[in-house]
Amino acid sequence: MKWAVLQFPGSCDERDALQACTLASGEARLIWHEERDLGDVEAVVIPGGFSYGDYLRAGAIARFSPAMEAVAEFAAAGGPVLGICNGFQVLCEAGLLPGALLLNESMRFVCRQVDLVPIAPLDALSTPGGAQSNERREGRRLSIPAKHGEGRYYAPEDMLDALEVNGQVAYRYASDHNFNGSARGIAGVRNEAGNVVGLMPHPEHAVDPLTGSTDGLRVFEAVAAARARA
Amino acid sequence: MTVGTAKHRELGLTDSEFELIVEKMGREPNVVELAMFSLLWSEHCAYKHSRKLLRQLPTEGERVVMGPGENAGAVDVGNGYAVAFKVESHNHPSAVEPFQGAATGVGGILRDVFAIGARPIAILDSLRFGELDSIRSRHLLDGAVRGIGHYGNSIGVPNVGGEIYFEEPYEHNCLVNAMCLGLAKTKDMVRAAAAGIGNTVVLMGASTGRDGIGGASVLASAELGDGDEAKRPTVQIGDPFEESKVLECCLELLEKGLLVSLQDLGAAGLTSSAGEMAAAGGVGIDIDVARVPLREADMEPFEIMVSESQERMLAVVEPARVPEVLAVCEKWQTGSAEIGVVTDSGQVRILRGGEVVGQMPVEALVDGCPLYDLEPAEPAGWIYGNRATLAAGTSAENELLALLAAPSVASKRWAFEQYDSVVGSRTVRRPESADAAVLQLPESGNAIAVSIDGNGRRVACDPYAGTIEAVLECAQNLACVGAEPLGLTNCLNFGNPEKPATAWQLDQSVSALAEACRALGVPVVGGNVSLYNEGPEGPIYPTPVVGMVGELPDPAQVAGSAFVAAGDAIALIGPFAPTLAGSELAKQRGELDKGLPQPDIIAVAAACTIVRDAVRAGGLASAHDVSDGGLACALAESSIGAGIGCRVDLQPLRDRGCLPEQALFGEGSGGFLVSGERGVLEALGGVFLGEVGGTAIEIAAGDRSIVVGLGTAESAWCSLPAQAEHGGT
Repeated sequence: MKWAVLQFPGSCDERDALQACTLASGEARLIWHEERDLGDVEAVVIPGGFSYGDYLRAGAIARFSPAMEAVAEFAAAGGPVLGICNGFQVLCEAGLLPGALLLNESMRFVCRQVDLVPIAPLDALSTPGGAQSNERREGRRLSIPAKHGEGRYYAPEDMLDALEVNGQVAYRYASDHNFNGSARGIAGVRNEAGNVVGLMPHPEHAVDPLTGSTDGLRVFEAVAAARARA
Repeated sequence: MTVGTAKHRELGLTDSEFELIVEKMGREPNVVELAMFSLLWSEHCAYKHSRKLLRQLPTEGERVVMGPGENAGAVDVGNGYAVAFKVESHNHPSAVEPFQGAATGVGGILRDVFAIGARPIAILDSLRFGELDSIRSRHLLDGAVRGIGHYGNSIGVPNVGGEIYFEEPYEHNCLVNAMCLGLAKTKDMVRAAAAGIGNTVVLMGASTGRDGIGGASVLASAELGDGDEAKRPTVQIGDPFEESKVLECCLELLEKGLLVSLQDLGAAGLTSSAGEMAAAGGVGIDIDVARVPLREADMEPFEIMVSESQERMLAVVEPARVPEVLAVCEKWQTGSAEIGVVTDSGQVRILRGGEVVGQMPVEALVDGCPLYDLEPAEPAGWIYGNRATLAAGTSAENELLALLAAPSVASKRWAFEQYDSVVGSRTVRRPESADAAVLQLPESGNAIAVSIDGNGRRVACDPYAGTIEAVLECAQNLACVGAEPLGLTNCLNFGNPEKPATAWQLDQSVSALAEACRALGVPVVGGNVSLYNEGPEGPIYPTPVVGMVGELPDPAQVAGSAFVAAGDAIALIGPFAPTLAGSELAKQRGELDKGLPQPDIIAVAAACTIVRDAVRAGGLASAHDVSDGGLACALAESSIGAGIGCRVDLQPLRDRGCLPEQALFGEGSGGFLVSGERGVLEALGGVFLGEVGGTAIEIAAGDRSIVVGLGTAESAWCSLPAQAEHGGT
């Protein structure tokens, strides 16, 4: 698996993401924000941080970068894309994922280990005869750090309903772990095709037992699996 | 152009200092020169009241790679790598505008570390405010915490630890000390000395504006008082995004070997960085202010020279490498301008285009400031106030709860959750999970631990003993995670040194710091002095903040501070002889007074070795040093952290002569609260106290015995958010 990790001025977690991709499977390299060509990469990670300082609105400037144009084409062709934290914000700003990320309910930046419930896409476990209920698609809880000031997931009610029906909710905060006040406890979503996923917590910081958890590897593995299915 | 003699006073120079400048110059300085002298001859830059004292500090050790005098100190961590670190204050700016003051404090210490070629890997902070029933203190706390978080989070450097104390004497003059650690390949490290006659001086990073003008002299070297609002323009505004780009740019330039030397622009801006680079290299320097990129076109030469605009770095570059340097700056979208040249003139010359607007001998400017002897006099008694908040006859249970809820003792989760503690994938022990932060270093195959401490109240009681305790507390914190000290940095926060009582505190404290470092064999690799920390009611508590960095061979063998399993034995290790003098309980009872017992450094060091070795051998389930609030609070913290109670009997301490309340709440150096197998603990010389288990904290201490439910204790210990945001529990 060949991973690419985007790097904007102001990215913070790109080196950690690089290491996590390598640990999850295969090789990884950084893609500078001005690069227009992703080359032969098989999956893209848009890492956390404060791209271009995030002064206008988180992710609002990064979506216009040459590298993001390439990512949009890559995603449209079915390539797997994972956006983490600021990367999730960038994907929402770019219209590659639905919804938006607002200021945390507490109006403060919060760094905390949280429990996430992964929810498999509709097709992943579906058997002939119909879609699966959310409960049946829920995976084992993941313990992963979250750290952000603007991570409260928001979408209009009808869009939230559609996301649930379409199986686009990818990660939910476990009960009592939704510290930022996200709508319906949503921590991460996927696009309709299922190849673009964004989440606020940081799986790249949960790949080493010494630093707290290895559960984050499963998020990267899920992206690799999306590639495999495609 | 000459200036009237009144001007120098406005700029903080004394008449005799001004006369000395005239003598060294052979004429009266012009406006540009006077502004530059006033900054470099300020207390902040010249250390004129502290430099003589600081000569006592031991600065050498076999692991020292870089010592005092550089932007940051550094110690060898093996495999060709060094860890750089330094602590610095940003007290006065934070007292005027806490968010920007604290944010730029973080920005400044980050630049100090990457200026020597080290990638910043961790931030810690040490904060002091007045009591939280004051709106001003809550405002300062909130702003400072947000500012530290804003800057550190945005730049992607984890904040891994720190401490906050709340005491009345900091009401007007809060303290914001920030520490940064960086990792460097030793061979790639760079010094700040300018070298190579004819080399180009390149200014990188942000453009230069009017922010922070006069900060070093007007703000940093005068007492705060009425009219602070008028000083707001002298507080700098931070832009972490700009810093992030400059950081990456500088590290790339150094990795490519394109720089001769590098220096950050901190207090006194271009004046100090250009002057100090020239002085360190024994050369001269020409700076053309017409080439400095400006935010406001009409800035005067003196304004450009003294501006404290943030996120700027000054580099010396061989002329042939300048195009490559500018290209790297372009890649990182950060400003760059060739503003000067290294000369053999021995002069700092300031030009505007072709016109010379200032010319001063480097030696006079940078090292010519007179150093003053202190005139210390020991005050007769306790010179600070006392305010009883605990009624006489309070039960031991309620005393424990009051201590756990004291904002200085209570959990600081409210604050540290606002900081990213995990970015960088090094953080093996996050805040409050162990006594020291632990960072793994895959590059050198080991780990480092770091702790920052300095209880001003205890130093106020006895500057000598209190300062030794601060060093020992750091050493104990490192021992608890299995680390051996490599080096120490310090920030000496004191009041007005021209006052005899403050001079005495400073003199005692520095002597004690020197003694403790010598006895422990820990070199001082750098530091900072912040004086004139006073408000209308008088000086702050004397507050030497000590930051200590240690090494541990295996990041997998690190103890936490929380108990682990029911049934584990609990023991006390070390020469702990608690008294109520200077304790949190004495504060709450309004019984603070002068004097502390003198700690036995050698005995504490021996206990540190025992604990450190036991942690490394995996023999301890938990290790926690006994600190604020005494043994009862340490037991409560270890229990709350684990969610398991404990049952102990403090008879062994009473056998040492302690009264029940001394055993429960007395403070002092040398106590380690450990848990594990009873046989192992006793073999280490530990005194068995009891067992982990149950759902309550049960402490037998004669007529002061305590039984407090874990939930009740936890509620008290976790009451900081309510106090910080509303002033009540």
